[in-house]
Amino acid sequence: MDAEAAKLIGAGLAAIGAGLAAGGVGNVFGSFLQGALRNPAAADGQQGRLFIGFAAAELLGLLAFVVAMILIFVA
Amino acid sequence: MAAESGKIDPMHQFQIEPLAQLNLGGYDISFTNSSLFMLLVLGAIWLFMLGGMKREMVPGRWQAAVEGVTGFIGNMLTTSVGPEGKKYVPLVFSLFMFILVGNFMGMMPFGLVPGAHPFTVTSHLTVTAILAVISFSVVLIVGFWKHGFHFFSLFVPHGTPIWLLWLIPLIELFSFLIRPFSLALRLFVAMTAGHVLMKVLAGFVINGLNADATWVSAVVSLPSFILMIGITLLELLVCAIQAYVFALLTSLYINDAVNLH
Repeated sequence: MDAEAAKLIGAGLAAIGAGLAAGGVGNVFGSFLQGALRNPAAADGQQGRLFIGFAAAELLGLLAFVVAMILIFVA
Repeated sequence: MAAESGKIDPMHQFQIEPLAQLNLGGYDISFTNSSLFMLLVLGAIWLFMLGGMKREMVPGRWQAAVEGVTGFIGNMLTTSVGPEGKKYVPLVFSLFMFILVGNFMGMMPFGLVPGAHPFTVTSHLTVTAILAVISFSVVLIVGFWKHGFHFFSLFVPHGTPIWLLWLIPLIELFSFLIRPFSLALRLFVAMTAGHVLMKVLAGFVINGLNADATWVSAVVSLPSFILMIGITLLELLVCAIQAYVFALLTSLYINDAVNLH
């Protein structure tokens, strides 16, 4: 296979990671809402943890994006 | 915007262009568009703070806004660090404000002025890495200052079983050392990805309008433009969230340094 084509295919495969991270971020916020609707009084105190979970899930998707960008522009 | 040839070039916006050539001892220290926008960010923060530092007994709107932000950071530090957290409000506040205003400054429509185009300071790994190194080195300095070599007990959480003592400190050490990278990468990539996405969509709009066939503008440009409005709003949200996450994680790491586990 042509090396350039392999790079682009790899970048496309890396984009799967971004989609999976979308699922992770949705899961974080969805679970938070589930908990928050059961006990709204406790929800405000947990917002910091919500965003920590969001940041952790999002980072992995961003890493997938970095891999794709490196494959396209650097490698 | 798309280049003349119609090819979309989303990476061009991140190019650093020297505005005034400066040289010091063989090093290139030119005043670039990045420096210009850092100065703009600094000026914006300075003006914002200047309007709110009048120390009136009954705060006006501006002072209430400034006190809202400082109170927000203060609350974040007291909840995550405890009463000792108040000492770190200036540091976290500076980081938060620089990132927040830097992110927003890159979203401002400076392109309306011919020849000018906005530059996002935080879309460069060098800038975000320095910010991350500042936050990480404060954690190290505070940790070793307060606890000496006892700081290493951070790597052995309470209740670690004896037979896992060979593994847990290794994992904790890695998760500790990876912090500056995750802080820097998250901010840099979130900003870069958002701006690339917006520039690609903008290229769709412009190229669709310039296309020879007239139906292209209705089918491609209009949906892209509507999508772009939504994406712009999302990006504004991401700008705020990224600044918040950076400040929040910094305060959590400071908590580790101050209180150990």
